[in-house]
Amino acid sequence: MADLVAHGSGHDAAHDPAATHSHSPDLKHQFDNMTQQFEAGNLGMWVFLATEVLFFGGLFASYTVYRSLYLPGFEIGSHLLDVRFGATNTAVLICSSLTMALAIRAAQTGQRKAQVILLVLTMLLGAAFLGIKFTFEWRNDYLEHLVPGVDFLYRPEWGGNGPHVQLFFIFYFIMTSIHALHMIIGIGLLSVLTWMAARGRFSPDYYTPLEVSGLYWHFVDIVWIFLFPLLYLIGGRYGIGGGH
Amino acid sequence: MSSHVVPLKVYVGVFLALLFFTGLTTWVAFIDLGPLNTVVALAIATVKMLLVILFFMHVRSSSGLTRVVVAAGFFWLALLIAFTLSDELTRQWSPIPSSWGPGTSQSQTQ
Repeated sequence: MADLVAHGSGHDAAHDPAATHSHSPDLKHQFDNMTQQFEAGNLGMWVFLATEVLFFGGLFASYTVYRSLYLPGFEIGSHLLDVRFGATNTAVLICSSLTMALAIRAAQTGQRKAQVILLVLTMLLGAAFLGIKFTFEWRNDYLEHLVPGVDFLYRPEWGGNGPHVQLFFIFYFIMTSIHALHMIIGIGLLSVLTWMAARGRFSPDYYTPLEVSGLYWHFVDIVWIFLFPLLYLIGGRYGIGGGH
Repeated sequence: MSSHVVPLKVYVGVFLALLFFTGLTTWVAFIDLGPLNTVVALAIATVKMLLVILFFMHVRSSSGLTRVVVAAGFFWLALLIAFTLSDELTRQWSPIPSSWGPGTSQSQTQ
């Protein structure tokens, strides 16, 4: 951190040709040292993630507003989701976050093979999440006529709440599909990292791509950590008879 | 370069805590606590988020500058939600004309 701020305060080490010989080949010329380079990359990723927080935040804020306006419809909608899929997928994502964190740790301790295995595991867990979501959850929703714009049928027992149940499902599909899109991008990133790791591109001195992609992966996990209770749990699990 | 290698035990401990809280939040959701259900669910989600941010995302050992950026992201999110809700929840809603919808919406009866 100090290196980042102290830049330009008259140190000549970075510009001294003799000093550059001791530099890692991974050090880009605009940075003084590996720590500064790592900090800069890390900081840049967090700035991007802050924009992602607000990107998802807009959806969360509008969900909160409409939920407060049309609570009965949203509770019926929540009750129609299968909490078993939601909880299983939460656990799957948490496992993938662990393997991601351990993959970075393997880079820090210089274990190349472990990096590759853990990255592949992370991708498989991500794919398992998407598999559960697409082939079980969304398929069931479709069969139950709960996909707005495609096939959505109001049920008599909803009374006048029909449009609000549909609004809940619009939120559900937009939020989960944007989350799923992030997962797909994450798996794409990890496939490149796996290839790099297999070629021995990362070392205890240089693993910035792994670290920042890990930040992205964990962020996507955090989004799900909030989507799970908001969509599947609150208000939808008791009180309204029947269901799952 | 100063890389902070977190002990394996810490990662596994955080992982187990996250699984525990997932089970807890699912279990609590089936108990009717009234408005507290939402509070409990969001509180548990926030604890899980903090565990992920501090340990998996290494904010516990990151620089002050990074921490400020992280905090700023969530501060802006808080502004977004607080200002939106302060409008929506305090506004005197006009009744919706019956010709706009199926005529049985919540707002009309208020």
